[in-house]
Amino acid sequence: MDVNLNLGNNPGKEKQKLDPETVYDLIVVGGGPAGLNTALYAKRKGLQVGIIARDIGGQVMDTSSVENYLGFTSLSGEELMKKFINHVNELNVPILEYEELEAVNVRDGSSIREVVLKGGQRFNTYSVVIATGSKPRRLGVPGEKEYAGKGVCYCAICDGPLFAGEEVIVAGGGNSAVEAAIDLAKIVKKVTIVHRSRFRADQILIDQLSKLDNVEVKLQTQILEVQGEKFMTGIKVKDKETGEEFVVEGAGLFVEIGYLPNSEIFSDLLELNERNEIVVDRYGKTSVEGIYAAGDVTDTPYKQIIMSAGDGAKCALAVNDYLNTVNK
Amino acid sequence: MKFLNEEVAKQLEGIFGGMKDDVTVALFTRKEDCETCTDTKDFLTELASVAPKLSLENLDLERDSDKAEEFGVEMAPSLVLLDKDKNYKRIKFNGVPSGHEINSFISSVMEVSGNSQDLPKEIVERIEKIEKPVNIKVFVTLACPHCPGAVEKAHKLALENPNIHADMIEAQTFYDMSEKYNVSSVPKIVINDEFEFVGNQPLEVFLEEIEKTQVA
Repeated sequence: MDVNLNLGNNPGKEKQKLDPETVYDLIVVGGGPAGLNTALYAKRKGLQVGIIARDIGGQVMDTSSVENYLGFTSLSGEELMKKFINHVNELNVPILEYEELEAVNVRDGSSIREVVLKGGQRFNTYSVVIATGSKPRRLGVPGEKEYAGKGVCYCAICDGPLFAGEEVIVAGGGNSAVEAAIDLAKIVKKVTIVHRSRFRADQILIDQLSKLDNVEVKLQTQILEVQGEKFMTGIKVKDKETGEEFVVEGAGLFVEIGYLPNSEIFSDLLELNERNEIVVDRYGKTSVEGIYAAGDVTDTPYKQIIMSAGDGAKCALAVNDYLNTVNK
Repeated sequence: MKFLNEEVAKQLEGIFGGMKDDVTVALFTRKEDCETCTDTKDFLTELASVAPKLSLENLDLERDSDKAEEFGVEMAPSLVLLDKDKNYKRIKFNGVPSGHEINSFISSVMEVSGNSQDLPKEIVERIEKIEKPVNIKVFVTLACPHCPGAVEKAHKLALENPNIHADMIEAQTFYDMSEKYNVSSVPKIVINDEFEFVGNQPLEVFLEEIEKTQVA
């Protein structure tokens, strides 16, 4: 029995609140690596900055082990985020947690941007950095929706324990899929990893996976349908080389096939690309003045923790330059 | 200490140091047929030892059946939070609040202690309109980082309206119950055994589902 203290807890310090009367220099939306590093850099520049986040830590929290962040050989996603948030907390940045964004409003002739939350709160700021990250991509096959929460899962560390001793399937061939399979193999009886093409995961992870004797790998295999009764019982797949269709049995299906940007609410305001990512320039600037974006929600290639953090730093510095040109 | 290392104990001491009023944890255990009761009791004893304003009352599900009934406790281990006047605040943790659930435990203790977080006016008005009894079950696992957020919201709703009761249920400890409610993803939220959703959704979603139970 251990304790995983929340990242938002900042003992010994009064929690800083976001003030609806203040016009902030910068409001950061998102509490993952991109958002936190934006806030860190901005605060160090002396900007009046606040963070609004649905959850502090972002997607990294769902990662059981991070082994490619420079300076840290191996630690859990949560441990890494704890280091990030502790660093930001040192600088007393106000953080509004568990809040979701409704809209960012821009008014003609005004340099002030209005940030509106789903709960109704409104904040004013001269600039915004959008770092809302991404969410798990769905397979988009029949049965996936029907069996969501009835076997189909999107968070292996959350739901893995509920499948102890059973047979499960992991969909996907990237790092998250292979990591999920490695983690699940410790709990469940058998893992079958199914992917439509070749592995995209790092070789070091594939090597770890191939050492496990309760993991079966099916590549070049397309998932056609999730099947079941009250709960899912398996998936119908097609071998892409032979054309043969067959059923892989499993009580759970962990979908780890990548991510989709959390950009829906910006579709009218900002330019998005064909993947619905926010289009940014070299400085992280979006198509609207005073609004920047960082991390997984942008069209920057290769979504990695270190790149999101780097994006955040870049945006904060760009915002600092921008604010020098704004009439306050 | 068995469960808290020095660093965590110190952090918790700092957090619980901010409590305003006294809070009592009424813990129900049972001698037989309860794998986690002893550990839960030891864990909460350690928590209480780093929180001067938090006291632990050890109760037995059978021996103290009158109190169990008063608080609607039917399982063990189960704990309810009582305010400074020993009033039952309609919030319950079924299963040990360790792992990630330490955070929902902290948040609920702070709320009952009087360090209340204000909700937006629109939300408060919607909560006030709930007149028929509402029971919210939040199924969690201790390894789930999103789960405490859902538990906190359910507990907050219960604290705001006397018609609402909210229970955290640790899915592995209460395996039969998770089976009964078809829990295979967490957090899973079940309202009045009738409406359900998965995930740490915004308060608006909780309210939309709760409002469905209020229709005549």
